[in-house]
Amino acid sequence: MKALAARRHHRSAPVVLLLLALLVTGGVYAVLAPSQARADTASTQDIETGKKLFQANCATCHGLDAQGTETAPSLIGVGAASVDFQVSTGRMPAEINGPQAQVKPRQFDDDETAALAAYVASLGAGPAIPTDEQVDPAKGNPATGADIFRTNCAMCHNAVGAGGALSEGKYAPSLFKTSPRNIYQAMLTGPQSMPVFNDANITPDEKRDVIAYLVAQRDGSPGGATLGSLGAVSEGIWAWIVGIGLLVGAAVWIGAKSS
Amino acid sequence: MSESKTDVTVHPDAEHPEKFSDPGLPSHRPRQADIDPKADKRAERQVVVLFLLSVIGTIVALWAYFAVRPDGTTGGVRTSTLTLGIAIFFALAGIGIGAIHWAKTLMNDHEMVEERHQARTTGETREIAVKKLQDGIKDSGIGRRGVLKGVVVSALALFPLTIAVPLISSVGGDWDVSKFRDTLWKKGTRLTYDPTGRPIKASDVTLGSAVHVIPEVTEEYRTTDEWITEKAKAVVLMVRLDPRDLNPPAKQAGWDYDGIVAFSKICTHVGCPVALYEQQTHHLLCPCHQSTFDVAHGAKVVFGPAKRPLPQLPITVDADGYLVARDGFDEPVGPSYWERLK
Repeated sequence: MKALAARRHHRSAPVVLLLLALLVTGGVYAVLAPSQARADTASTQDIETGKKLFQANCATCHGLDAQGTETAPSLIGVGAASVDFQVSTGRMPAEINGPQAQVKPRQFDDDETAALAAYVASLGAGPAIPTDEQVDPAKGNPATGADIFRTNCAMCHNAVGAGGALSEGKYAPSLFKTSPRNIYQAMLTGPQSMPVFNDANITPDEKRDVIAYLVAQRDGSPGGATLGSLGAVSEGIWAWIVGIGLLVGAAVWIGAKSS
Repeated sequence: MSESKTDVTVHPDAEHPEKFSDPGLPSHRPRQADIDPKADKRAERQVVVLFLLSVIGTIVALWAYFAVRPDGTTGGVRTSTLTLGIAIFFALAGIGIGAIHWAKTLMNDHEMVEERHQARTTGETREIAVKKLQDGIKDSGIGRRGVLKGVVVSALALFPLTIAVPLISSVGGDWDVSKFRDTLWKKGTRLTYDPTGRPIKASDVTLGSAVHVIPEVTEEYRTTDEWITEKAKAVVLMVRLDPRDLNPPAKQAGWDYDGIVAFSKICTHVGCPVALYEQQTHHLLCPCHQSTFDVAHGAKVVFGPAKRPLPQLPITVDADGYLVARDGFDEPVGPSYWERLK
């Protein structure tokens, strides 16, 4: 203790303290953060189970028969793809009101999600969940995918899928961690602010090409740090503050007299 | 020179002696290395370490060049570039920082004044130069030979035109502003998907869809340079709304087809592509300056610096059910220019 007290005026003390504070905050968050919710019910995957789950978890907003209310849209005819996208990414059930539903730890496991999807699909015809082959990035052509992505998606999701801002707090999320299946479902169903890109607009093969392009972007840049792929703003901040700051520091050091 | 030498003596008869006197150089302060042999040794060791760091950097760079080859994958190229870059950084920074540290800590740091030599040459040198020039003029006979004088002046005066004319005439490129007025859209032009060029069936445009549209052209035309400029003017964003949500201005009533509306994608502010469509609010957002247009109300401006709504493309379907333009745009697309309404 005495040694610590003696060094509290050391010039690197603030840096050490700051690092310690960051470590403690991070550690406490890691312990207390909500972990992935795991329900252990053995679901039978049939429509009846889905209906029960729906009435217990979704009906408050979407209505007892999924007919929609003032606060939430009707789910008749949205299809299994829509339910799987919203529930498997944790966007639904929504926790709070806000500009848009956030990605969060999912509330239902695969079986329950499948049951919910089966129930909603039984209410009216809609897009089905794509097969594994339809979303396999290895089978797509990233070059064609880049063409499609540039024209239809890059204006909101950024040229490499890093995401971007929309109006009034809404935003297009980053696609770096989105699963191929969820990317396909999003194009097919147009969740929230996103418009629908049906199979006539972007064919199933082209959708797979887009997935191949997006997965290819996850290797990062051959040049080194991408700085979030956000373009001129983050690169400019880096160059002006870090780069020129270092140059100014070097000039001051060269000009200063040695002690 | 001696007359510009700093005068540091104080004149007691001057009016404001302390205010204007030159303080001169501060007194010399010895460094640690000057007075303490241990510090001197330490500084020397530091310089040695810095130069050794440079040697190690060079060796690592050479090793990395042969051992860490880019293997064709993105990650491989990154590792190779990064290793080489860091090693070369140490190789160069070691020399640079070492040299400066050496100069700052070990070399003599006594302040000294070194006077500049006078810029003006002596009178003798000047006379020789003037004489040489006069001899040359006399030798060339430019005073006697009037024609020669004339052609030399003409040739020198005309030559800059070879640079100036192409430079000035290429400023601004094409001055024909009437080209801005018309796009490829005409009565009956089919709407096609961008970039594939497939024609669009009205029944394929489902509710909530956003489709990026280009006019139908021949395959040959697509390979020309003109296509790029024309496409840049003709791009259209098409969405399908519930017809009950549509509330266009009177002029544009009936320009939709069963809730399908098509608007120019070129912002009326400074011409960025307005393509961020929010399905739930029917708002179209321009990424450059956040101009926001309401598609349900004839793309009127609801936010941002744009002053005019986006021009609407009137559409209908042909006999086969494909979407076609009912007419071209009724106004020039994109930002304002002087001759816009002529």
